[in-house]
Amino acid sequence: MTQHNNQQVQRKAAMAVLAHAEAGEIAARLRALALPAHQELRAPENGLVMLRGRVGGDGAPFNLGEATVSRAAVRLASGEVGFGYTLGRDGEKARLIALCDALAQSSDFGEAVERDVIAPLREQLMIQRKQAAAETAATKVDFYTMVRGEG
Amino acid sequence: MYVAVKGGERAIENAHRLLANARRGDQSVSEVTLDQISEQLGLAVDRVMSEGSLYDRELAALAIKQARGDLIEAIFLVRAFRATLPRFGASEPVDTGAMRVQRRVSATFKDIPGGQILGPTFDYTHRLLDPSLGQGFVPEVPATAEASTAPTPRVTDILGRDGLIESSPRAEDGASVGDLTREPLNFPADRDLRLQNLARGDEGFLLAMGYSTQRGYGRNHPFVGEIRFGEVEVEFFAEDVGFAVPLGSIELTECQMVNQFKGSATEAPCFTRGYGLAFGQSERKTMSMALVDRALRARELGEDAVAPAQDEEFVMSHSDNVQATGFVEHLKLPHYVDFQSELGLLRKLRKEFAEANAPDAMKEAAE
Repeated sequence: MTQHNNQQVQRKAAMAVLAHAEAGEIAARLRALALPAHQELRAPENGLVMLRGRVGGDGAPFNLGEATVSRAAVRLASGEVGFGYTLGRDGEKARLIALCDALAQSSDFGEAVERDVIAPLREQLMIQRKQAAAETAATKVDFYTMVRGEG
Repeated sequence: MYVAVKGGERAIENAHRLLANARRGDQSVSEVTLDQISEQLGLAVDRVMSEGSLYDRELAALAIKQARGDLIEAIFLVRAFRATLPRFGASEPVDTGAMRVQRRVSATFKDIPGGQILGPTFDYTHRLLDPSLGQGFVPEVPATAEASTAPTPRVTDILGRDGLIESSPRAEDGASVGDLTREPLNFPADRDLRLQNLARGDEGFLLAMGYSTQRGYGRNHPFVGEIRFGEVEVEFFAEDVGFAVPLGSIELTECQMVNQFKGSATEAPCFTRGYGLAFGQSERKTMSMALVDRALRARELGEDAVAPAQDEEFVMSHSDNVQATGFVEHLKLPHYVDFQSELGLLRKLRKEFAEANAPDAMKEAAE
């Protein structure tokens, strides 16, 4: 895997975590970092994305309906450009994601943002998902495996 | 023809003030918050998102509050709002096979990989009103069990491996995805447009149409191959970023209906299928959608299209409750000019009728 691809995979993984966090949680985690100078390259903007499904789940795509999406872009003084996209209309969250994405590409801040922002949020997300999965698992139908009363 | 009227501004303004008070109700009762609607009337929110064709829980909750719980009015509000935002593009198609499943049942196979999972369901409840909900109800903590890490493949994919069910139609290379919010509807419509129409169609209308197929108007022998509900990840290819960006997760319900088989001298018989997909936990909606999707494939499958549910022009032209309510409800707006001309015509006809049927004596006297 090239270094470029590797970085892309990491950025995408970080975005997947950040998109599931609240703006306040991201902001609180970012306070642990001494943030470098940065500017808004694109002010937060709300819009729509048409969500697509597939016929039968695995066939040709079709348009299911739209979702609100907020997006923003941030540039660090050192030149790295970060992008933030998230479902919903929280422009501040999009801006914070963009800032994290820019930091993740910086050799000075990449490690710190992963350690102090992304990793703890990922852990929190995994705990929530594990709890939801455990509650779901308790409703798994078991009655086929019960021994029948045979008289 | 509808001719607009003028005037009545003050009455309209006062009527809306009165509406705001009626919406609020008795002010000694606490006001509902959007969070309360989103959390405690979640299925109403799901329906407004599906038929409003906009995934945004907060906006749907606001619409429900503003519409005083009138869901079609709320859907109308959401549709109007979506017209105010620019569209960034279309998502990558979601992968329902990778859903974090919260519910997943099959009526056709009892032993499916990943198991049958009931999740939060009304099924098997006794439909007895529960007075305890009226008095500050605190539910028990949910039971937990060790979650399996085994994948939960779509049941139709499993059947498909043995060729027992038709495979899903593939997209032709370079084919664009039809969008009825951009182009006017033309008939015959392809399956992508039909599914988009059904996905935002009125649940009650689709339920009745689906039910009619079960009662014999376009029977198609359905079985629920699978219903699943849960979260799927959404990705959007952003030009500026250069790769498919994760946007977060949405909740979806998917219904795979397995229907009567077909075959020919050249094709081995296999089950056919109908498909339903909707935002949130919308089981009745997706089941009805799958029944109607299958019925609308009559021509493609060489069946006689004789029933209403098999008539795509009939179904697709009447499924949208915003369009339907617009046309039905406009009847209550002032039609005075229209009506005056009808009245004038009717009076003239009645006069002619009276003259034609008058006793001869009167006719003679008149002459």
